[in-house]
Amino acid sequence: MAHASLPDPELLASRILRRERAAVASGLNLLDNRLAEARMRAVRLLACLSGERWLNEGHLIGVTGPPGAGKSSLVSAMIREWRASGRTVGVLAVDPSSRPELGGGALLGDRIRIKTPLNDDGLFIRSLANRNQLGGVASEVWPMSWLMLVCFDVVVIETVGVGQTEIDIAEIGDTVCYVAQPASGDTIQYLKSGIIEIPDIFAVNKADLGAPARKTASEIARSARRQDRRDDWDYPVCLVSATMTTGIRSFHDHFDRHRRYLVDSGLLGRLRLRHQSAWVVRLIREEFGTFGLDLAGGRAAVERRLSESRCNQFEEYERMRTHMLSRLLSVNQTTL
Amino acid sequence: MVAASRKRDQPWLIRTYSGHSSARASNELYRSNLAKGQTGLSVAFDLPTQTGYDADSPLARGEVGKVGVPISSIEDMDQLFDQIPLDQMNTSMTINATAAWLLALYIALAQRRGIDPRKLSGTTQNDIIKEYLSRGTYIYPPGPSMRLIADTINYTVRHVPRWNPTNVCSYHLQEAGATPVQELAYALCTAMAVLDRVKASGEIAAEDFPQVVERISFFVNAGIRFVEECCKLRAFGEMWDELTRTRYQVDDAKMRRFRYGVQVNSLGLTEAQPENNVQRIVLEMLSVVLSKRARARAIQLPAWNEAMGLPRPWDQQWALRIQQVMAFETDLLEYGDILDGSPVIAAKVAELIAGARQEIENVDAQGGIIAAIESGYVKRELVASHMNRLRAIESGELKIIGVNCFEETAESPLTAGSDAAIMKPDPEAERRQIERLQAHRRQRNGSDVQAALQALADAAQSGENIMPSSIRCALAGVSTGEWGNALRAVFGEFRPPTGIDIAIDSREVLGQKDRVSDLRDRVASTGNALGRPLKLLVGKPGLDGHSNGAEQVAVKARDVGFEVVYDGIRLTPQQIAQAAEEEGVHVVGLSILSGSHMELVESVLQELRTRDLGDLPVIVGGIVPPEDADRLFALGVRGVYTPKDFDLNAIMGDIVDVVRECNGLERLGALH
Repeated sequence: MAHASLPDPELLASRILRRERAAVASGLNLLDNRLAEARMRAVRLLACLSGERWLNEGHLIGVTGPPGAGKSSLVSAMIREWRASGRTVGVLAVDPSSRPELGGGALLGDRIRIKTPLNDDGLFIRSLANRNQLGGVASEVWPMSWLMLVCFDVVVIETVGVGQTEIDIAEIGDTVCYVAQPASGDTIQYLKSGIIEIPDIFAVNKADLGAPARKTASEIARSARRQDRRDDWDYPVCLVSATMTTGIRSFHDHFDRHRRYLVDSGLLGRLRLRHQSAWVVRLIREEFGTFGLDLAGGRAAVERRLSESRCNQFEEYERMRTHMLSRLLSVNQTTL
Repeated sequence: MVAASRKRDQPWLIRTYSGHSSARASNELYRSNLAKGQTGLSVAFDLPTQTGYDADSPLARGEVGKVGVPISSIEDMDQLFDQIPLDQMNTSMTINATAAWLLALYIALAQRRGIDPRKLSGTTQNDIIKEYLSRGTYIYPPGPSMRLIADTINYTVRHVPRWNPTNVCSYHLQEAGATPVQELAYALCTAMAVLDRVKASGEIAAEDFPQVVERISFFVNAGIRFVEECCKLRAFGEMWDELTRTRYQVDDAKMRRFRYGVQVNSLGLTEAQPENNVQRIVLEMLSVVLSKRARARAIQLPAWNEAMGLPRPWDQQWALRIQQVMAFETDLLEYGDILDGSPVIAAKVAELIAGARQEIENVDAQGGIIAAIESGYVKRELVASHMNRLRAIESGELKIIGVNCFEETAESPLTAGSDAAIMKPDPEAERRQIERLQAHRRQRNGSDVQAALQALADAAQSGENIMPSSIRCALAGVSTGEWGNALRAVFGEFRPPTGIDIAIDSREVLGQKDRVSDLRDRVASTGNALGRPLKLLVGKPGLDGHSNGAEQVAVKARDVGFEVVYDGIRLTPQQIAQAAEEEGVHVVGLSILSGSHMELVESVLQELRTRDLGDLPVIVGGIVPPEDADRLFALGVRGVYTPKDFDLNAIMGDIVDVVRECNGLERLGALH
């Protein structure tokens, strides 16, 4: 395989900063590429893009919920609102992959559900398969969402919520929204599972169903209010109907309100830093296991170094990786 | 011996499904078919007309006059029925989402010619429910669609009493892969949903409701397993009789008759050795005429070359003559029901009824057919059945002569002609129709048009019956696209579930397991060599809604390890190119069955080039004649697959090789 087809990272970065769609697409392809040469270029690309913006600009939103809850329709309705207010939107839609022994393929069907107007240059959708990574969200999603953050005012990461995914999504998004399906066992399971501590905003879709929707909303509201993560955030529960487009306006306002809250309380930058270190830790653990993470000094050390270097999570990771590889190689040499 | 003295039953209505290029050309064809002994008309409309777009809409590009006749306004309707007396004709229109509109045009034309609409007889297909599952010419969401069906029923029962306002279709369910049991169940569920909706509208007095029930007719498919098919139709009759008696309290047995029309199966027609389709069509027809109690009221037969392209007038004549031989030469119509009393037939009918009852219960438990469609359940069941059929063909378990067995053949003189044995639609048809429509827009009275459209929008909002305001629009010269858009503005548009989210079938496919493992290895290793898993975009440009082929390719590609982006139907070339760019796919597959492949593929390639994706490989599937395939290759298309390429594994192997070649890797060749 010739590397000639891989893009020049510095050139690509300048095109991405100019918000060229083709460059965004090609950047995402590069971040998704696991060839050694591609990884090196990806680090250079991200280094060019990194900076203060990753701590304080844009809005990263995670949307999760059980299959069939109408997440895509709701995201679609939200996109109309954001676009109407002149904001650009990038979407990463994550769908499950089949098991590796069944070929590991995936059907990525979100584009069809997110109905987009013709010719909208302010909207960009990339579908992704989760590729069975630890049952949660693929590691590529972190850098991909950061790349999108460079070009779009709002970046939405949409995932089917099952256990690990929710925990992961909380380590990506500034604001996490859970979309519930009325009159379904999923919600009850959800309330019991303890993952309810994760979302900042709840939406009960299909409000046109009436009583069952209101019942689900009040059940969630009771459990959500018991959480005392942040005293000054109210964990709103919204009744919406994506198909009838009711309740979308006020639902939409909660996202802006939550972002303002994060900024005013000084949480946004801290949250982003934590998410960056979560990604570095995750990669180290994927490649070197718990032992590797210990060698890196543990999560706290990673976070401390990142906060000092102001957002160069890619260099941090590559440095850790080189460090560890040399350690392992030298250990090997001594034992041989 | 001469049988002339015996009393014969009346034959069914003999039709041929036809229409192409323009109202004038189609009118000539109709009149020549009637002169040959056809007893009714069956109008095929082009896709813009079926989906409520004007000929000059960007989405209509390449589709005008392709699969049927373009009808943009009452002037086209007038030309289509030139010299055909409407009060003496029985006209069937295959029209669904815009059925209320085409019916309004037909009624308005009758009024303009001074004919009492009460004398009109015919059928509008008007089963919008099955459009969500197969065929794909829906426009509006299920709620408004049901309302449009109910409106046409409520209107015709009172004002056009000899009209069949809706033809509940199991036909297209079979084309989408339905088993006989599924056909029975889903068609009857649809009929119940329609009747319940009409009942709920409250427009019809309770004592008049049996007349509504009587006007419900069906449109059924007949496949090659003709004994089972014959039993299916007897089962339909028995179940409908029971249902109308118990659920709708229809006392008069005559009003409970299961009335149906037929087009025999197109799914089983082959491109290989196409002459064999003639005997397939004859046998399939047998299943709907053999049993007197379950005999079709109207029949239209496909032409032998339907899998290759558009039939010529001579091909249609052959299909017509098959019906005439059956009706007039054989002694079939001299006897009562020849299957009554057969224990074998009775047992098979009972088995089908039991299966269908169970599936009806399944659907009921989910809240009825609309809910089961919205949840994706029905589509998923159909895609799974279709997949089973394809797997059985691949494994050889299901034999298709000339396709997966007895493939050797002498050269056919039938396909040797310079026209490749198909009809070419008039390439100028689109331009001429656009000019005709634009001239029409200039001639009509603008304020009449605006007032009529406003009244239509008001009726759509208020829930008042849509027919009177539609007839007013027709008389004012409103165009098909204007009618469609006025209702889009009120009802919105619908995107249904694709049904492809079905689980992987991990059972061993007979004799195919090694090939699937081989394919999975190839997909995985090629992905590794390129740095990320192979990603395929499956797109359907244009207005053609026949999504079964695209869905099967998408599911198969997923099964062998591709990451597949499926974008659904009715996309512009621009949307497809944009999706290819945003998704970063390795290859794009386009599926086009409407015959518009040249125009649409060219536009997609053009759009890809403007996005700097000229190197991205594109493959095409559809009903593509060989010379068009050569032209597509010349444009840069990397693979062309037609109905004769039934081996999905081989296609997948080919796609992997196309990707490899385009990325500087060597081809791996045929599967082991």
